Order: sequence, then structure tokens, then C-alpha cells
Amino acid sequence: MHSLYLDQFKRSLSIMKKDILIYYLKGPVIIFGVLIPLFLFLAFLTGSKNLSTDFLISGLIGMTMLFTATSVSPVIIPWESQMKTLERLMACPISIHTLIMGDMLASVLFGFFISLVPVLIGLALDVIPIHTLVLVMGIGLASLCFSSLGLLLATPPTNAPSNVMMISSLIKFPLVFISGIFIPLESMPFWGKIIASLSPLTYFTDITRYSLQNVSYYPIWLDFLAIILFTLMFFVLAVKIHKKTLAMRI
Amino acid sequence: MESVIEVQGLTKTYDQIRAVDGVDFQVRKGEIFGFLGPNGAGKTTTVRMLTGIIKPQDGSIRIMGHDIQREPLEAKEHLGVVPETSNAYVDLSAWQNLMLMAGLYGVPSDVSHERAQDLLTEFGLYPRRDDKVKGFSKGMKQRLILAMALINDPELLFLDEPTSGLDVQSSILIRQMLMQLRGKGKTIFLTTHNLEEANQLCDRIAIINHGKIAVIDSPHNLKKMTRKLNTIEVTFSTGVDLAELSRAPGVLEVKDTGEKIVMNTENVNQALSFLTDYAHSRGIQIQSLNTLAPSLEDVFMEFVGGP
Repeated sequence: MHSLYLDQFKRSLSIMKKDILIYYLKGPVIIFGVLIPLFLFLAFLTGSKNLSTDFLISGLIGMTMLFTATSVSPVIIPWESQMKTLERLMACPISIHTLIMGDMLASVLFGFFISLVPVLIGLALDVIPIHTLVLVMGIGLASLCFSSLGLLLATPPTNAPSNVMMISSLIKFPLVFISGIFIPLESMPFWGKIIASLSPLTYFTDITRYSLQNVSYYPIWLDFLAIILFTLMFFVLAVKIHKKTLAMRI
Repeated sequence: MESVIEVQGLTKTYDQIRAVDGVDFQVRKGEIFGFLGPNGAGKTTTVRMLTGIIKPQDGSIRIMGHDIQREPLEAKEHLGVVPETSNAYVDLSAWQNLMLMAGLYGVPSDVSHERAQDLLTEFGLYPRRDDKVKGFSKGMKQRLILAMALINDPELLFLDEPTSGLDVQSSILIRQMLMQLRGKGKTIFLTTHNLEEANQLCDRIAIINHGKIAVIDSPHNLKKMTRKLNTIEVTFSTGVDLAELSRAPGVLEVKDTGEKIVMNTENVNQALSFLTDYAHSRGIQIQSLNTLAPSLEDVFMEFVGGP
């Protein structure tokens, strides 16, 4: 049994490699992943001069993670279906877990490395991480979480990537505004805090604030626990729904 | 003889329409099994169930002894598949496509490199191995897809319309490859619209119509089943009396088409003896003589209906 899991994991690495070569290593994808959060950041920076740079950088890391880890993963399966490569994949001796895991790993790597760009921007602006290990662990875990979210967003059985992108944007943009990126959690009204607690981005932003500013709204262990639970929930749901919808795409 | 595919009571329904309706058949080890039928007869749905891509509503499928529903990974491990609407990854090179498939089938890298090199050479794609597939012609893509299906050296190969819409050169190459694979003891499940291809390649043929198997037998036996008669086409050095020819034993109809005389007969041997005796006794020469047996097309039309 152990060797079966290991064998399937190795096969998921083949899917990861394929995804990176086909979908992620494209100039526009990388530029888009960095530019969207940067533009949001600059727009907010010009309108909110009272907020500290380290607070804004922590938000920029959160936004970058959300936008990069969910940028391509929602459209891979619809795209494969449209390009007539999905049927071939489904005939291979790989489980749906393996397929989803491969797509997720590619997204994790992309999310992880692109999210280091705002960290570097922070360093250039003299925002030095206080808890570097926590920041790196947080980025790693969040990349898993948001990649799983991306795969959950891919579950509607449509073969038009544009439809999935629309649904994806409808979920991602509101998340940015409810997750304590531009408004600190402690400044939110009670109902705002309740809504924020439902977003995984809230906990990641809390981790980045702790790492850069040494302050956090929740205990740091709770932030990690929440992200782990969100990751598990997104992954399990994505696998369950894909199991039902994958054959509908053929 | 050992069966590599065992199908019992296979049923699939879409929106209350039975696409596949209680299908039973077995495919023997080492044979090329043709699966024919008109559009919408249930061919592709059956192949998709056999390859574990979609689930049947009812029935069982055993591939190399493994139930495809209960042990999909074990069953799929033995398969090579060329789906009807499949495509290679156009943004990857031919080599990268093969390596991807090798990875998904767990083929060790030293073995996969050697096999990929051999397959690309056999399919005439080796010089283009590092080119992206987006620049390939349809024939080249299809040859690559077949190479991808062979990278794990499968015991059983599913091909859904592998030569459909291809140029003659690619079609011939693929057919030759299938014959070679059969020579190596591989089992091939071939779905095709091309009756001549099925006739040339297949050991046995199943004809499916409206989701049900109409008949399964060898091409030779299938042709014997048809009600259509054998035909003799003959030309003589001078004009002959058709009424005399119609007295030949077993001959039911004689027509003069202008170029030649066409005779429909129940018994070719007797009719041929009669013709040679007839020509000899009247001192005339037979200039050409052809015998035409019923074709697989005739059989197909008889079982699925048509004009």
C-alpha cells in the first residue's frame, strides 16, 4: 500500500512537470501573477498614507499568494478538456487524487516562488522579516491552501476556461477585501471580523503581519491550524467533486 | 484460449437513451478485434467504459483479469489507449509527450528513453523529436499519439478510429505497425469506420447497432452469412446469347452491361465450369474473368440496415 502511494505520488510529479512546462512558464502568466497584486497594492497605497509600509507589504504578500496560487490551477482541467488531452490522462493508471495532486503541486511551486517577489520588494523598502521561518512556513502552507482552492474553483463541469475564470474572479476579489489586507482586523466591526474569519486569506495575512510586524490578531498556532483545515477541506472537496464531474467533461 | 477482455451485460444510459444495452463479448489474447458500427451505435461509449474513463450503469468488465471498476489502476497498467478525440500536448515536444506518458505509466527513465527513441524512429518522427507538436501535421500527431500509447509496452491496445482522416502514408504506417504488434502477441481492440481496414486487419469483428451487438465472427464467416450472392464478371471475344448463359447451374441472373456480362450465382465453381465449357464448345475466347465475393460492406449494411 505504501509503495502504491509513493508510486502515485511520483506520477503526480509528472503531471506537475507537464503543468509547469505548458501553463506556468509563460511570460504573461508570471507577469500577471506579480502585476495584479502590485497594482492593487499601489492603488491602495496612494489612498491610505496612514498605514505603515510593513503592514502594506504583509498584505501584498497575501494578495500575491492568493492571485498566483489560484491563477492557473482553476483553468487547467477545463483547458485540457477543450484541447482533447483530458481523455488520454483519464485512461492512464493514475487516480483522481494523483491528477489533482499534480495540478496542485505545480500551483504550489508557482505560488511559493512568486510570493517571494513581494518579500524582496519589502526588503528593498527596509521591511526585514522578524520571524523568517514562520514567514517561509506560512508561505509554503498558504500556497498549498490556495492551490487547493484553485482546484476547487475548477470543479464546475464547463469546458470553457473563460467561465471558470469569471467564477474564480467573483470569489477571489471579495476575499481580498474581507481578509484584513487593507483594513486591519482589529479595526473591523464585529460582523466584519466574523466574515473575515471565514476566509483562509485572513489567517495567512495574520501570519505575514506576525512575521514582519511581530503582531497578530489570532494566536499564530491558530492561524496555521486554520490554514491546514482549509487546505484539507478544499482538497477533499475538490477530489470529491472532480470525481463526479470529470467524466461529464468528455 | 485466454481472454484479455471479458464484458458481461454492459449498459450505459444517457438521458434515458440506452447508448450501450447489455453488451457481452470476449476478446482473446493476441487477436485484433474489430468493433464496427454506424455513428451513434455505442462504439466510443463502449471503449470509454472498457478503458475506465466512464462508468457503466450495469454490467462488468474484466481487463487482463482485473475488474476495471474495482481495480482501475491495475487494469489500466496493462493498457495502451488511443482515444477517438485524443490529442497530444501541442505545447510540448514529441519527446516531452512521450516522457510524460512514461512518467504516468511508471516506466523507469532508462527504459523509457530507449523505448521513446525506438518508437519515434519506427514512426518516422525521430528527426522532429524536439519540435513542439503544434507544428505537426494531423498524420504526424496521430503517429505520435500511437507512440504515446505504446510507451508502456502494453499487452492490450485500444484504438478508437486510429486512421480516421489521415493521409494514405500515415494510415499505411499505422496499419503496418498494428500487424507488427499482433505478430508480437499483443491484443488490439480496434474501432473503425473503415471496413476495408477491418477486413485486412481483424481476426474477429463485432458489429454494434443501437447499443447492441448484432454479430461477432471472423470477416470470412461474416461474409458467408450475407444473403448477397457471388458475382462473376466475364467478357468474351464475340457476342454471346444471354439466354444460353442463364441456363448455367446456380445462376440466378445474367446482365449485359455493355463492357462485360455480369452473372449472379449461388455456386461460383459450377458457373465457372459452365463458362469455360461454353466458350470451348463454341470456339470463342474468354478475354477477362473476375469473381466477386460479398464484401464486408455488404455484411455491415445487412446487419445495421441502410440504403
